[in-house]
Amino acid sequence: MTSLLEEDGVPCVAVHTHVFHRVATSTARLRGIPTLRQAFVPQPVVGRTPGELRGYIEGADRISGRPFMQEVLEGLSRPLDDADLTGATFERTTPRLVAPDTEENLRALFLENRWTDFLPIVLPTEARVAAMLKGTSQPPDTVVGRMRAGNFREAWEYTVEKVAVNAVMAGAKPEYFPVILALAASGQTSRQGSTTSMTCLSVVNGPVRHEIGMNCGIGAMGPYNHANTTIGRAFSLASQNGQGGSVPGETYMGALGNPMAYSLVFAENEERSPWEPLHVQKGMKPTDSAVSVFVGLRYVQDGFGPRDTWEEKMRRCLAASAYLPPTLVTDPIVARLFAAKGIHTKQQLIDWCAANARIPAREYWDDQWVQTLIHPLAVAGVEPFATRLKAAPDEIVDMHEASDINVVVAGGETQGAWKIFGANLAKTVSVDAWR
Amino acid sequence: MPDLITVHDPRGYAPKVTGKRLAPRHANLDGKIVYLVDCLFDNSEAFMEQMRQWFAANLPKVNPRVIKPRQSWVDDAEMRAKIASEGSAAILGVGL
Repeated sequence: MTSLLEEDGVPCVAVHTHVFHRVATSTARLRGIPTLRQAFVPQPVVGRTPGELRGYIEGADRISGRPFMQEVLEGLSRPLDDADLTGATFERTTPRLVAPDTEENLRALFLENRWTDFLPIVLPTEARVAAMLKGTSQPPDTVVGRMRAGNFREAWEYTVEKVAVNAVMAGAKPEYFPVILALAASGQTSRQGSTTSMTCLSVVNGPVRHEIGMNCGIGAMGPYNHANTTIGRAFSLASQNGQGGSVPGETYMGALGNPMAYSLVFAENEERSPWEPLHVQKGMKPTDSAVSVFVGLRYVQDGFGPRDTWEEKMRRCLAASAYLPPTLVTDPIVARLFAAKGIHTKQQLIDWCAANARIPAREYWDDQWVQTLIHPLAVAGVEPFATRLKAAPDEIVDMHEASDINVVVAGGETQGAWKIFGANLAKTVSVDAWR
Repeated sequence: MPDLITVHDPRGYAPKVTGKRLAPRHANLDGKIVYLVDCLFDNSEAFMEQMRQWFAANLPKVNPRVIKPRQSWVDDAEMRAKIASEGSAAILGVGL
């Protein structure tokens, strides 16, 4: 927004906390204004008292060491120089091929450039990439989509060939390629740079599951199947490289990181489920093949049953995150036990969750992401948030809409296990379109 | 002499960056409206209120006004238009 205001003719200074120095500086450069005036207070602002925040303002800029307000006032009034008047115009090219070298040196180069996930990769030779491209009828230069590492980063574009390169690196087989292309076509990145360390969870439905030998049974979530594992890894690598990087401090700011970012793609166990498959719920035919991409994933809870006290247990789990809606993944045993209890459709379970995901208003509004992302909508009168905002602090409020909750059936029936992932369904993408 | 091999570059294609100029600066801010843009991140409201108080105590001739966009991380063209038409400068912040 700072750069847009400058374009509107308003002199601006953007204030950040000091840990965002590198990302703020590189973002300004990529917006064509490398001299954008910026000032830095200490991390964190969250949780600080008004007195402590005043101390930040009256103290030193954490990057320059000069008085913070001096940086701000000079940023607004210092006369412009040539660099301020011209900005920076430049193009970055990505070569198709890397200069020929030994395998050892190329492996070192890929590590040094942060093009891997630090696990060993298959080097993407011309022959291997050509073989991967045989997994689709789409021309290599077809643009698959665009991704960005974060809300404020620029979107990069990638072609079928670039996705194939990353699929080779992940160890995927050509027959998996349509699923990998569908994931890339979602435009959702599994290597989002958010401080929350969020990533993606993806579910494959339809005939392609069996055609390529995906696992929807024992150990479906991994690491016990070549297709599941390498498709998920290919999505992760294609995300980080397709979007132009996932580098800590620059394009990745996740405080804790997320082990699920390595690979989390599995198939729904449609044959053993008593319920409608996910892709059919989203408007596709049972004979269609599709992949559903859930985003924002950062927490998991689990349980077994449903046992006698399942409702109490489930209510506690549903209360875990006021912002992220629950995505339930249940073993077929669990699904059938629910069905035996009269829950004959996924929608019935979803409706029960929506009706029982409730917490006191003061807890709801104290959630950092509810406060940051939902509170402004509530203030603007957007429902149902506006009604929740009117609630007294101890009044119990709903946390999620039924339309945001999803249920998936997977697992090998060795246990009545279920998990709840906090994640939003972003998109269900046709795999058939990428065959 | 070890065998040399040729491999593909895995990166996508970056957009062209077009240079933009900064807005003209004012020699001083006395008598001018400076918008303090609360970017809605957790506790940024308290930060901007402290900045408003700092101006009142230290630069009383400056007129600071706190303003908020309608949503986090989304451009609010209406708010920008208001700042551009009524304000002489803006301070935006602040994250974690």
